[in-house]
Amino acid sequence: MSETPSASTGGRIEVKTTTCYMCACRCGIRVTLRDGEVRYIQGNPEHPLNKGVMCAKGASGIMKQYSPARLTKPLRRKKGAERGDGQFEEISWDEAFDTIEERLAHIRATDPKKFALFTGRDQMQALTGLFAKNYGTPNYAAHGGFCSVNMAAGMIYTIGGSFWEFGGPDLERSKLFIMIGTAEDHHSNPMKIELSKFKRNGGRFISINPVRTGYSAIADEWIPIRPGTDGALLLAISQEILKTGLYDRDFLINYSNAAELVNMDPNSPEYGMFVRFEVPPEEGCFDPQNKLWWDRTLNKPISTHTPGADPYLLGKEFKLDDGTPVKTSFQLLKERLDQYTPEWAAGVTGIPAETIRRLAHEMGITARDEKIELPIPWIDTWGNEHQSVTGNPVSFHAMRGLAAHSNGFQTIRALGVLMSILGTIDRPGGFRHKAPFPRPIPPCPKTPTGPEDVQPNTPLNGMPLGWPADPDDLFVDDDGNPVRIDKGFSWEYPLSVHGLMHNAITNAWRGDPYKIDTLMLFMANMAWNSSMNTDKIRMMLNDKDETGEYKIPFIIVADAFQSETVAFADLVLPDTTYLERHDVMSMLDRPISEFDGPVDSVRVPVVPPTGDCKPFQEVLIELGSRLKLPPFVNADGSRKYRNYPEFITKFETAPGSGIGFLAGWRGKGGEKSMRGEPNPSQWEMYAKNNCVYHHHLPRSYQYMRNWNQGYLQWAQANGMTRYAEPINLHIYSEVLQKFRLAAQGKTVGRQPPAHLRARVETFFDPLPFYHEPIESQLTDKHKYPLNAVTQRPMAMYHSWDSQNAWLRQIHTYNFLYIHPRTAQAAGIEDGGWMWVESMHGKVRCMARYSEATEPGTVWTWNAIGKASGAWNLTPQANEANQGFLLNHVISEELPAHDAGEHVSNSDPVTGQAGWYDVRVRVYPAGADEEKQTFPHYKPVKPAPGTPKRRKWQNYFAGLFTQKGDA
Amino acid sequence: MTQLALVIDLNVCVGCHACVTSCKEWNTSGVSGPMFDDAPYGKDPTGTFFNRVQTYEIGCFPNTETLHFPKSCLHCEEAPCVPVCPTGASHKRDQDGIVLVDYDKCIGCKYCSWACPYGAREFDEHQKVMKKCTLCYDRIYNQDFPESERKPACVLSCPTSARLFGDVHDPESDVSVAIRERGGYQLMPEWGTKPANHYLPRRKTRKQIHAEDLVRVDNPLSKEDIRRETSKDITLDDWLM
Amino acid sequence: MHPAFSVIFLTTLIGVGQGMFLAVFTGESYAAVHLLPGQDSSAFYALGTAVALAFMVLGLFAAVFHLGKPSYFITRAWRGITQWRTSWLSRELIMLPLTMFLVFLYAVFHYFGWGKDLAVPPTLVLGSITTAAVFGLFLATGMIYASLKFIREWYCSLTVINYVLLGGASGFTLAAAFSAYQAPELVTFYAIWAMIITAAGLVTRGASLIRNARIKPIATMQSAIGVRHTHIQQKSMGMMGGSYNTREYFHHKTRAFLKSVKWIFLVLAFAAPLALLALGQGGNVELLLAAFGVQYVGLLFERWFFFAQANHPQNLYYQTV
Ligand SMILES: Nc1nc2c(c(=O)[nH]1)N[C@H]1C(S)=C(S)[C@@H](COP(=O)(O)OP(=O)(O)OC[C@H]3O[C@@H](n4cnc5c(=O)[nH]c(N)nc54)[C@H](O)[C@@H]3O)O[C@H]1N2
Ligand SMILES: Nc1nc2c(c(=O)[nH]1)N[C@H]1C(S)=C(S)[C@@H](COP(=O)(O)OP(=O)(O)OC[C@H]3O[C@@H](n4cnc5c(=O)[nH]c(N)nc54)[C@H](O)[C@@H]3O)O[C@H]1N2
Ligand code: SF4
Ligand code: SF4
Ligand code: SF4
Ligand code: SF4
Ligand code: SF4
Ligand SMILES: [Mo]
Repeated sequence: MSETPSASTGGRIEVKTTTCYMCACRCGIRVTLRDGEVRYIQGNPEHPLNKGVMCAKGASGIMKQYSPARLTKPLRRKKGAERGDGQFEEISWDEAFDTIEERLAHIRATDPKKFALFTGRDQMQALTGLFAKNYGTPNYAAHGGFCSVNMAAGMIYTIGGSFWEFGGPDLERSKLFIMIGTAEDHHSNPMKIELSKFKRNGGRFISINPVRTGYSAIADEWIPIRPGTDGALLLAISQEILKTGLYDRDFLINYSNAAELVNMDPNSPEYGMFVRFEVPPEEGCFDPQNKLWWDRTLNKPISTHTPGADPYLLGKEFKLDDGTPVKTSFQLLKERLDQYTPEWAAGVTGIPAETIRRLAHEMGITARDEKIELPIPWIDTWGNEHQSVTGNPVSFHAMRGLAAHSNGFQTIRALGVLMSILGTIDRPGGFRHKAPFPRPIPPCPKTPTGPEDVQPNTPLNGMPLGWPADPDDLFVDDDGNPVRIDKGFSWEYPLSVHGLMHNAITNAWRGDPYKIDTLMLFMANMAWNSSMNTDKIRMMLNDKDETGEYKIPFIIVADAFQSETVAFADLVLPDTTYLERHDVMSMLDRPISEFDGPVDSVRVPVVPPTGDCKPFQEVLIELGSRLKLPPFVNADGSRKYRNYPEFITKFETAPGSGIGFLAGWRGKGGEKSMRGEPNPSQWEMYAKNNCVYHHHLPRSYQYMRNWNQGYLQWAQANGMTRYAEPINLHIYSEVLQKFRLAAQGKTVGRQPPAHLRARVETFFDPLPFYHEPIESQLTDKHKYPLNAVTQRPMAMYHSWDSQNAWLRQIHTYNFLYIHPRTAQAAGIEDGGWMWVESMHGKVRCMARYSEATEPGTVWTWNAIGKASGAWNLTPQANEANQGFLLNHVISEELPAHDAGEHVSNSDPVTGQAGWYDVRVRVYPAGADEEKQTFPHYKPVKPAPGTPKRRKWQNYFAGLFTQKGDA
Repeated sequence: MTQLALVIDLNVCVGCHACVTSCKEWNTSGVSGPMFDDAPYGKDPTGTFFNRVQTYEIGCFPNTETLHFPKSCLHCEEAPCVPVCPTGASHKRDQDGIVLVDYDKCIGCKYCSWACPYGAREFDEHQKVMKKCTLCYDRIYNQDFPESERKPACVLSCPTSARLFGDVHDPESDVSVAIRERGGYQLMPEWGTKPANHYLPRRKTRKQIHAEDLVRVDNPLSKEDIRRETSKDITLDDWLM
Repeated sequence: MHPAFSVIFLTTLIGVGQGMFLAVFTGESYAAVHLLPGQDSSAFYALGTAVALAFMVLGLFAAVFHLGKPSYFITRAWRGITQWRTSWLSRELIMLPLTMFLVFLYAVFHYFGWGKDLAVPPTLVLGSITTAAVFGLFLATGMIYASLKFIREWYCSLTVINYVLLGGASGFTLAAAFSAYQAPELVTFYAIWAMIITAAGLVTRGASLIRNARIKPIATMQSAIGVRHTHIQQKSMGMMGGSYNTREYFHHKTRAFLKSVKWIFLVLAFAAPLALLALGQGGNVELLLAAFGVQYVGLLFERWFFFAQANHPQNLYYQTV
C-alpha cells in the first residue's frame, strides 16, 4: 500500500447528483459510482438543504441499494396460501397490470369508493391524490393522519403555517430556542446544522421532553415533562406572560385577531363570533377585514386597522350601540388563562412552578429586550410602509411529542398562541414560513360534502383531502354519517385534514361504514409499525367471512422491500429505490422550501432498476392511462404521457396555467420560473443544477409574509395562494366556534348527530384549553400508572432500515427504557426480561435503566422490532427475537364511551392518532418464561426474486456483486 | 512537524452516527477496505468500523446529561501501538503523524490492539489484518478532489460540524485555536500516550433575569383598561369619621 | 482479556520446553563439577533436550495459529524480526527460533558426542549460551505482557518471574519423570528442584494474585471520556451485535467461574504436583508423570486465568457488554 494513494483503486468512476430518500428530509447527494456500483454517497455541498452534510442513514444508502430484502419481481399470492404466510409466485408486469385494470375498471364503473388507496411515508401525494381524485374514490389519504396532522392543523388553523416542511425556527438569528417533543423530525440535517451554529453563537437551547436523547442531549436545559401535559405547561406560561405584560402588544393588535371584538350575547346566533361591521357574502377562505376594535381614545368601536386607531387589547365588556356586549378576543384569552396558574400546571406536568415562571420570563424578556431590527423596508397589506423588519428572537420547534396525543390539536393551538403573543411569527429570530406557506386560515381546498359527490366513472367532486372552514364543509351524508372509509371529515373528527389511515383497515374489515373491495397500499407498512393494534390488524388482514371470502377482498402492496405488509398482499408491485427513479419534491406537494424562498427538487436515476422493478410513478401513469382517468388521456381516450418524466414536464394544474409539478426552468427554453409553459428539457436542467431549484425572494418579501403586500401579491401571481389578503393570526378561532355553535344547535346548517354533540361542543373550543388525553380519561390509572411513548432513532428510518447491514448494527434490537426507581419498584432488572401491558395488549421485552427518562414514562426506539423473516432477515435475527414493537399495546380505537363504540383513538378535532396516550403497567417476566419477545410470529420465507442473503460480506464497489460472496 | 488530528466538539454532537457510516462507506471501497460485515442479515450482526459513537448518561434524574461520544483512533503522539508491533506494519508517519497499519506487513498478531488503551483498533477477522481509522489519508491528499473536500469523510458528513480536522501542531490552525479556547482535552492523559485527537467539553448558556426586568414603565398592561376590583372588605375609610 | 488458546498453549508449551532444557543442562553442569553422576550423552542429554525441543516445536505450532493466517508464518512472519529494537514480541519472535536452534545444536552435539573429550566440552559452552537464550526467551515472553502498562495486572516484574518459575517448574517436573526412565539416580534431584521451583512459583504467583486483587485502576470512566462526575453510565456502545472490542477484551464468563479457575490452577499447578512429586521422588514413574500432567493442565488453567483476569482499559468504553 502506497503512502499517498489516489482516490480510487482503479475502475471506471462516475459522479452523479440526485436527492436522498433514506428519509423524508430530502438532502441533496452526490453519488460516486465505480464500474456501475455505488462507491460513495456524500452530501452535495451545493444543495441548500444539507449543504454537504449527511446523516447515518443517507451514508448507508449503499446497503439499501444492495439489500437482500429488495423486491425485484411482481408477485401473486400462491393459490391456497394464507395472507401473512408470504407465499408468492412471480408474474409478469402485463399480468399484474391486467389484473389491476380489470378490477379497478369494474369498481370505478360501479362504486368507486370500494377502491381505497392509502400511502405511507411517500412524498408524492400530488400524484397519488390526483390519481385518487380522478378515479373518483373518496378513500385516499397519506400517512399524515397517524403522523402529525395535529401539528399541521393546529398551527395552520392558528398562524397559517406550521413546523415541519411548512416552516421552522430561525435559529440563525434566534437567542432562545425551545424545542418541545421532538426527537429527530423531518428536517433532520438542516436542524442539526442550525442547532450547532445556534449553540456556537451562544444561543440558549431548552428542551421539553420526558426523555433526554439526541437533540435534547445538547440542550442547555432539559425540562422533563409528563407526556400529554404540554398544553398545561404552555397555557401556564402564557398566563404568566400575560400577567407580567411580556407580550408584544403592537404585534398582536396589528397582526392577529387579539384586539377584535367578539359577540358576547349568549342569545345571539352570532354568539362567540367576531362582530362584523358589514357582512358581505364571505366567499372563499380568507378573512375579510370587516371586524371591529375598541378604540382607546375615542372609546368606541372602530373598524380594524383604521389608520391612527389605538385599540384596547384587554378590558371590560364593551357595549355596541345596539346593546350587544362585546369583548376583545385577547380578554377572552386572558379569562381563559386565569385558571391555568403555574402552580396548577406544576401538579399536572411535574415541572416546578418556579421553573414555569422562569421559562415565561426568559421567553418574554428575551423577546422584548433582545429585539432584532433588519434594515429591510417592506409594505404591509394595509399599505403601511415599514422602514425595517423587526423580530423577537425567541423560537420554538415542536413535533410529535405534542402532535401524537389526543389533546394535541388544542395543545398546538396553545403553542401557536404563545408564539403569537411573543410576537414571533415570520419575523427574524422567531418562526419563519416556507413557501407555499403562509396559506389562508384555513387553506382553500375542500373535500366534497356528500355521498352524491362520489359517482361511477366520474372524478371526485372536490379534493380527496381539504381544509373545512365550517360544518357545511364536512364530508357526510344527510344523517351526518361519514362518506369516507376512514370516517375522515365526519363529525367524529371534523378537521381530519390528512385523513385517518390508521382506521382504514379496521373500518374496512368491520364494514363500517361500508365494505370495500380493493385496498392498495403504497410505501406503508400497515401490517407492522404504521398500524396501531398491530397484532389484531394482522388478523383482520387475513380474516374471512362466513362464505370464506376475505373481508378485505383484494390487497395490492407497492413496496420496494419485503416488509411485513408485503406478506399480506394478494399482489405485490416491486418499486425501484430512490437511486433508480425519477421523482419530484414538488411545490404542489410538500417541497423543500427555505425561509428565503421556494425550493423544489428532483431525483434522477443514478443506477438502472434492479430486476423487474418499476417506479410506482410509472405504475400510476400506466393505470391512469388504462383506466382513462382524465389527466392521463387525450380527448380521444388515448394515452397522453409516454412515461412519468414526460408527465411531470407536461402536466399543468389547468390548461395553460403554467403551473406544474416543478417550478424551476419553466418556459419553452427554461428561461422562466415558478410559472411558465412546459419545458421539455426541464429534467436535464434540474440534473445539471444539482437537481434542485431555489427561488430567492427579494429580501423585502422574506418576512412578515402573512401581511406582506409584496409577498402576497407575488404568491398570488405565482399561483401559490388564491388571495393576496392578510392572514391574521387566530388567537381566537372562529372556525372552531362555528362547529361549537352547530353542536349547541345554534346554527341553521349541519349539526352533529346527538351522540357527538357533547364531544364537538367540548373540543371545538375557540380558545386553547387543556384536557387530559382521552385514553387516559378512559383508563384506570391506578392499574396502568405509566405513560409509554416511542421516539425516532437518528440512525433508522421507521421499519425500513433493518435490512440495512450497517444501520442494523447500530440498532439491532430495542430495549424499553425505564427509570431505575420505577423499574426497581416493579422488580425489573437492568437488561432483564419484562412485560409492558396496556388495557389493549401486552408485549414482552427487555428493560434498560435510564436516568434520562421521566420516572412516570417508559419509552423505546420506534419500529426496531421486526416480524420474523421479514426484510429477508434470518429467523434468528435479533430484531425478531429481542426487538419488539410497542404498537401491540396501542389501540386504534378507544373503549366504548359517550361518543360511541368504535371511536378512533385520535384527537377529536383532527383525527390524529393518539400514539403517545397509551397507559401501561410493567412487571418482570417469569424466570421460566422464554427469553424472547412476545408476540412472536411464524417466520416468513424470502420472497421470490429477492437477492441472495450473504452469510458475511465485504462491500467493495465495483467488485461486490461479482465476487462479494463469502 | 505536522500532527493531523480530529477535534470533536461534544458540545454539539447529537449522536447521529453520520460519521460512523460515512466512514464505513468511504473506507470500505477505499484503499483501506473492504470492511467486512458478519451475519449482516442474521443474529448478532457485527463488522469493522473505524469510528463509533457511544452514549453515556451522567448524573441522576432530573439532572441528567446525555452525552454522545464519538471515538476513533486518536493518532497518539506517543502511540503505544507502534513500538510493540513486531513487523513494523503499525507505524506513525513522520510527515503528518497519522498512525497507520500496512496490511501487507501485518501478521494479525493483534498485539498492537492490546497496546492501545482506547480500543481504537479493530481486527479484520476475514482479511486477518489489523484495521483502524486512517484519518482518511486517501482523501486528504487526494488531488482528484477540490480543496474543500480534502477532508476525512466523517468530517465532511457531520451535520453539526462537531468534527474539526487539522494540524494540532500549528498553533494558528482551527483545531489548535479550538483546543486552546474551548478547553480541549485528551482521553486518559494519565497514560502519556498524548492523543492527537482532542475533545471539546460541553458548555452551558444561561440567562440571568433581574427583578427589574419584570417591572418596566413601558409595560403594555399600562395601556389596558384593567378595572381594579373594589374591595369588599371593611377598611379604615369606613370607620373614620 | 479474552484468553486465546493459541497463546495459552504457546506460552505453556515453550515454558515446559525451556524448563526441561534448563533441567537437562543443570544436570550436565552439576555433573561437570561432579555434584551429580554424569549421564549418557545421547540417551539422557540428547534425548532429554529433544523432548524439550519437541515441546517448543509444539509451542511454535500453536503460535502459528496465533497469527492472523497460518500462511503468514511463511509469507510474512520473517518481518517480525525487524522491529527488535522496540517490540518485545519481535524479540520473542527472534528468541524463540534462536533458542530452539541452540537447543537443537546442544542436542546434536550430545547425540553425536562431538568434542565430549575436550577439557571444556563444547556442550557446556553451548549449553551456557543456550541457557542465556532460554532466559532471554523467558524475558521476551514475559515482557510482552509485562511491558503493557495499560494492563495493570501484567505490568509488573512478577509477570516475568512467573513465566520463568512456572516454565521452570513444569520443565523440572517433566525432567523428574523423564529421569525416572532414563536416569533413576537423578529423580530425587529433579523432583526436589521441581518442588522448590514449584513452591517458589506458588509464592510469586500467589504474590501476583494478591497484588492484582488490590490493584487500583489508574484510568477511570471519568478520564476515559473526560467528564468529572461520580455517576456515569454507558447506555450504548455504538453497536449491539458485538465487535472486536467486545470479543477480544472480555472473557464473557462469570466472576464465580473465574474464581473457580483460580482455585483449580492453584491446586493443579502447585498443590497437587507438590504432593505427587513428594510421593514420587523415590522414582515412581506413574506418580511423576501424573505430577507433570497435572501441573501442565494446571498451567493451562493458570494461563487462562492470567489472560482472563487482565482488565484492559479499553473496557471502560464497553461497559454494557
Ligand atoms: N431518523 C429518523 N428520522 C425521522 C423518522 C424516522 O423514523 N427516523 N421519521 C420521520 C417521521 S415520519 C416523523 S413523523 C418525524 C417525527 O419526528 P419527531 O416528532 O421528532 O418524532 P418522535 O420520535 O415521535 O418524537 C417525539 C418526541 O416527543 C417526546 N414526547 C412524547 N410524548 C411527549 C409529550 O407529551 N410531551 C413532550 N414534550 N414530549 C413528548 C418523545 O420522547 C420524543 O422525543 O420524524 C421523521 N424523521
Ligand atoms: N408506536 C409508534 N408507531 C408509529 C409511530 C410512533 O411514533 N410510534 N409513528 C408513526 C408515524 S409518524 C409514521 S409516519 C409511520 C410510518 O410508518 P410507514 O409509513 O409504514 O413507514 P415505514 O415503516 O417506513 O414503511 C414504509 C414502507 O415503505 C417501503 N419503502 C421504502 N422505500 C420505498 C420505496 O422507494 N418505494 C416503495 N414503494 N416503498 C418503499 C418500506 O419497505 C416500508 O414497507 O409510523 C407510525 N407508527
Ligand atoms: S436526513 Fe439523511 S436520510 Fe434523510 S434525506 Fe438527508 S441524508 Fe438522506
Ligand atoms: S456525525 Fe457529528 S453529530 Fe453525528 S455523531 Fe458524529 S460527531 Fe456527532
Ligand atoms: S488511539 Fe490507539 S491505535 Fe490510535 S494511535 Fe493511540 S494507541 Fe494507537
Ligand atoms: S496485528 Fe499487525 S499491526 Fe498489529 S502488531 Fe501485529 S503485525 Fe503489527
Ligand atoms: S478520519 Fe476517516 S477513517 Fe478516521 S474515523 Fe473519520 S472517516 Fe473514518
Ligand atoms: Mo410520521
